Amino acid sequence: MKDIKKRIAVSKLWNNIFLITGLLSTLVGLVLLFTLFVDLFIDGVPRLSYKFFASFPSRFPEQAGILSAWVGTSLVMLVTAAAAIPLGVAAGIYLEEYGRKNWVTSIIEINITNLAGVPSIIYGLLALGLFVYLFKFGESILTGGLALALLILPMIIMATREAIRAIPNSIREASYALGATKWQTVKNHIIPYSMGGILTGIIIGLSRAIGETAPIITVGALTFIAFLPVSPFTSEFPFISFKWLFDPFTVMPIQMFNWVSRPQAGFQVNAAAAGIVLLIMTLIMNAVAIYIRYKFRKKIKW
Amino acid sequence: MKTKTSKKIKEFLIEAVLFLSALSSVLITIGIVVILSYESFGFFKEVPIKEFLTGTQWTPLFAEPKFGILPLVAGTLLTTFIALLVSLPLGLVAAIYLSEYAPHKFREIIKPVLELLAAVPTVVYGYFALSFLTPILQKIVPDLSGFNALSPGIIMGIMIIPYVSSVSEDSMKAVPMHIREGSYAMGATKFQTAFKVLIPAAFSGIAAAFIIGVSRAVGETMVVAIAAGMMPNFTANPMEPVQTLTSYIVQVSLGDVPHGTIEYKTIFAAGIVLFLMTLFFNIIGFWLRKKIRQAY
Repeated sequence: MKDIKKRIAVSKLWNNIFLITGLLSTLVGLVLLFTLFVDLFIDGVPRLSYKFFASFPSRFPEQAGILSAWVGTSLVMLVTAAAAIPLGVAAGIYLEEYGRKNWVTSIIEINITNLAGVPSIIYGLLALGLFVYLFKFGESILTGGLALALLILPMIIMATREAIRAIPNSIREASYALGATKWQTVKNHIIPYSMGGILTGIIIGLSRAIGETAPIITVGALTFIAFLPVSPFTSEFPFISFKWLFDPFTVMPIQMFNWVSRPQAGFQVNAAAAGIVLLIMTLIMNAVAIYIRYKFRKKIKW
Repeated sequence: MKTKTSKKIKEFLIEAVLFLSALSSVLITIGIVVILSYESFGFFKEVPIKEFLTGTQWTPLFAEPKFGILPLVAGTLLTTFIALLVSLPLGLVAAIYLSEYAPHKFREIIKPVLELLAAVPTVVYGYFALSFLTPILQKIVPDLSGFNALSPGIIMGIMIIPYVSSVSEDSMKAVPMHIREGSYAMGATKFQTAFKVLIPAAFSGIAAAFIIGVSRAVGETMVVAIAAGMMPNFTANPMEPVQTLTSYIVQVSLGDVPHGTIEYKTIFAAGIVLFLMTLFFNIIGFWLRKKIRQAY
């Protein structure tokens, strides 16, 4: 009897030890995130001022800023969003609503799963060979934006599919019963009801794209840009110009990388400050995505 | 009547557009394969494959270039190995904790927060490894060089915990409740059930998580490019600077390499090695995950 009690006690002890180990292992990631924040803020906050956002890069760390970087990031994101969102959502809708179970769709599906696992720098090499040299887009905003669009396409397709899959079949059947065509069902029911999931996927995809450095370096973005691209707005008719698409550019993570790799201490401060801006941008996007997911999940109950 | 045909045409056109969008993802894969093979074909015309695969020196930018890929592969495997030493135990234990022990509410809060680890831009992690972790490690290991494989390896490991833990957790969740209940009925604790019943039952899922982690670490670029140094080094010593396949591509792309030169082609040769390595791991991972779905 005593023996059994002892064994039970030992087992329970191990169980509790593991409980604590498990909790600690789960928290390691959080501790790292927290330390990273604190470290970045301590290093970088002194440099954060209006001037930092409004200045071009410079040889003198105190005068250098991220103007060309954040303008570049915004324009590249415009291209990425314009290319990846329609393509990704359309592909997701096709695979869930239209695609029949045959070898073509199963190849597409396996292919998307595989693309999601391809390292980002490979997309950069693809963009370098294809957009820069074959299509002659040059080392431009267009090339960079398209490279990132290819990168986040699988994410958007998968998010769209998951969101659509959650819609019960009864909704589709009700729509068909009223004589709606397939496209009318998709347009009036499937897309609105899956909007929350699709938006979440899009925002998370774009937040990945903002932080991506490797593919943009590969397509040859410059690290020192002391001018802005041609403005998209003109004073003459038709008031909108697309010349900026072909301008050289830099983006936030590349500006940060450039500063990190310089030996002077002043540039390390700049790197930390750029890191704070970058981190806040991605975290805000992720927070918005989580909020949307939460809100839509609450609103719709099947 | 006319409206009916025009409606039909419209439906057909829409379906065609949607189909082409879906097909575009296949074109991306074809594009990757064609571009990588085309440019590396040019490379292998000038460098014999045997020298490429067995050479232990990688100095394509020197006056007398040597094209042995092994130092870059060694660097890649070394950093990946360190990352796995960190992420596998932590990710697995965290997954068991989240799937078996954690209260529902805690899990709902902690999971999205853990996902944030994957959202932080990797260039920020690189800065952190170089300016925060390396100096700390240098205090513990005095002869650690300023650029080394250890520090980016550890950071990469923590970075991929969410990937490892979420796939493992899913596969443990997929183990039916009655198997756990059988174990509890025999008087086993949660700990004993987890290690003697759940891990064997969910083994293929855990292996898939492991493989996905490997694939992530092999393809990771900025952390190693910043903190591991840019020195091709045929070594297994984590204290020394190394260069990975990915950071070599970054190094060459930062310089102004003219299109069509041998230096330009080297990045595609390194790229195809990287692509094949990750493809290999992805296929195994895909196959393992398919096995979980069939198991129960």
